[in-house]
Amino acid sequence: MIKVLLFAQLRELLNCGKIEFPVSTAITVAELKTRLAAQGDRWHLLFAEQTVLVAVNQVLRDDNHYLTAGDEVAFFPPVTGG
Amino acid sequence: MTVAVQTTPLDPGALTNALIARVAEQTRADQGAVVTFIGLVRDQVENPVSQLFLEHYPGMTEKALETIVAEACARWPLGPLSLVHRVGTLYPGDPIVFVGVTSAHRKAAFEAAEFLLDYLKIRAPFWKKESTPEGERWVSAHASDCEAAKKWR
Repeated sequence: MIKVLLFAQLRELLNCGKIEFPVSTAITVAELKTRLAAQGDRWHLLFAEQTVLVAVNQVLRDDNHYLTAGDEVAFFPPVTGG
Repeated sequence: MTVAVQTTPLDPGALTNALIARVAEQTRADQGAVVTFIGLVRDQVENPVSQLFLEHYPGMTEKALETIVAEACARWPLGPLSLVHRVGTLYPGDPIVFVGVTSAHRKAAFEAAEFLLDYLKIRAPFWKKESTPEGERWVSAHASDCEAAKKWR
């Protein structure tokens, strides 16, 4: 399982902040996005229309990063702190 | 180094005094410069804001701030340092971020303070939601923030 977290607008769009997603073999962030986008219209919208950043185990990564079971993957919009 | 994310109000005076006290506590108090920056929640004529909600990613936020602080310490000869960010509900005029940097001389302290802010704005997982007369809205990221951070590469 991979733990998927959503923040800010993305959490509100899905009306959900956390899901567990099953993966059997190592996949990339890009592949995870494709599989999540196939889960329904709102997931599709989330990845299709917005700039989405990704952190794996709390470190910013890109779409080519490989994921393994137990990883924590967070998707969120560009940050606006400070 | 003090890095903190808190829901309670920031007290810039207390944070500044604590930083100066930490300089004095050292075996040799050799930092002659203290630079502080305090960011406040803004209410603008063209963008009236009654309230601001700050969401963050607990765990990653602290890690991201510590990484940014470590990078600053690798680039400049710094003494005690403090980086504190508010989360939760804030109002116009409330301090939202405090950066305090010490160094032997002012140039490094000024530069490091600017670097910390520039990187915090593009790397630390905070998101602002404004309450306005038209309702609530998430604040968009500014391209100018990415440009500001580029000068440190």
